Amino acid sequence: MSKVLFSSITKKFTMALAGLFMLTFLPLHLFINLMLLKSEPGPFNTAAHFMATFPVIKIIEVVLFAAILIHISYGIWLQIRNWLSRPVGYVSGNKSDISFFSKFMIWTGAIILTFLILHWFNFYFIKLGIVKGNPEDFYSVAHNLFKIPAYDIIYLSCFALLGFHLFHAFYSAFQTLGLNHRIWSPVVKVIAFIYAVIIPAGFAFISITLWLFR
Amino acid sequence: MKLTLKIWRQKNPKAKGNFETYIMDNVSPKMAFLEMLDALNKRLVEEHKDPVAFDHDCREGICGSCGMYINGHPHGPVPAITTCSLSMRYFKDGDTIWVEPWRAKPFPVIKDLIVDRSAFDKIQIAGGFISVNTGAAPEANSILIQKKKSDDAFDSAICIGCGACVAACKNASAMLFVSAKISQFALLPQGRVEARERVRAMVEKMDELGFGNCSNTGACEAECPKEIKLVNIARLNREYYKAF
Repeated sequence: MSKVLFSSITKKFTMALAGLFMLTFLPLHLFINLMLLKSEPGPFNTAAHFMATFPVIKIIEVVLFAAILIHISYGIWLQIRNWLSRPVGYVSGNKSDISFFSKFMIWTGAIILTFLILHWFNFYFIKLGIVKGNPEDFYSVAHNLFKIPAYDIIYLSCFALLGFHLFHAFYSAFQTLGLNHRIWSPVVKVIAFIYAVIIPAGFAFISITLWLFR
Repeated sequence: MKLTLKIWRQKNPKAKGNFETYIMDNVSPKMAFLEMLDALNKRLVEEHKDPVAFDHDCREGICGSCGMYINGHPHGPVPAITTCSLSMRYFKDGDTIWVEPWRAKPFPVIKDLIVDRSAFDKIQIAGGFISVNTGAAPEANSILIQKKKSDDAFDSAICIGCGACVAACKNASAMLFVSAKISQFALLPQGRVEARERVRAMVEKMDELGFGNCSNTGACEAECPKEIKLVNIARLNREYYKAF
């Protein structure tokens, strides 16, 4: 049974499901972040408070963190196996006609994880009381952060990479789940592209607006 | 044409190996790539040097034995052909051509450009068959099969097991090969009887042999000389989930 639980396909199936669950969270996060554009802190802080205290959300939060943990650990596990599968590389490289960023998922993923940890330090750890700050006023925390140019540059770069990661991940998850269809797979690719552009662009829009126009 | 060849030379599986440079003058664009290597080997033999070892058999793009990695592509830069079908007209005077063996842990180099591809045989032996009583051929119309399914099964069955998918994949994954071998049976009623055991055994063997994981980059599909499609990998995944 352990051979089945830890087979290459089962690991990828688990990673794909965890990844798809994470995809459902980003639009919600973006929707809340859009409230940062309002001039008064009330709506954003209320939404943040709701997200921190509503029992159903708290349960989903546990599932989300489990999904993040599974996605990252399985990603690293699979990648190590991939590296071991080709101990000697090609001198002439690989010139196959494929999507450029599909080759670098582990690296875009690693950068996104680094940003995620930074993000937790700035917000989530304040909520947990690990880092000093006012958990009832994340509006001010966010506005102050977006006033720092270096933070904005890191933020925008990471979201650009997130877009590249999401585009391949979205389509790839469907393929891994066995959902490849003559008509619907091209549609999934279009949806993946739209998702991978709109979500990071939304976050980037907030960052640029608060950095340069407020 | 005058060409510079950089060819991987390795005396045996344990030797370190290195690239040797050979200058080839008067290469005709009408030559096949393997004919050009034959010409090089003739010269090496005449010079009392060890000829370059490479696999070849049918030289008609059917047997799949002539796999070598040429200028960043398995079977060379032309899509949907094997190395033996690669013509020298696709290269130009003054080109440098890098020729390497397949690189994957389950495909160890035996000598020069020859790799041991018996890992594929082991996967096939694990479950890539149907159990039937031998004897006279059965009546062709005793089991009716939809034309579409029959065509799809045939499209999968044309995989020649050359290993280009493994060679092209950045993870050295054998998923396209295994998926083609699973699909050719999964689509037909005769193959459904042992479908569950087959997919479990073949995937288990593939993992055990040390192939990497599929990350859906599509390099295998792009480089397959028989144009086996990624849809087979999705079918393999479905077959695997159905087996539990």
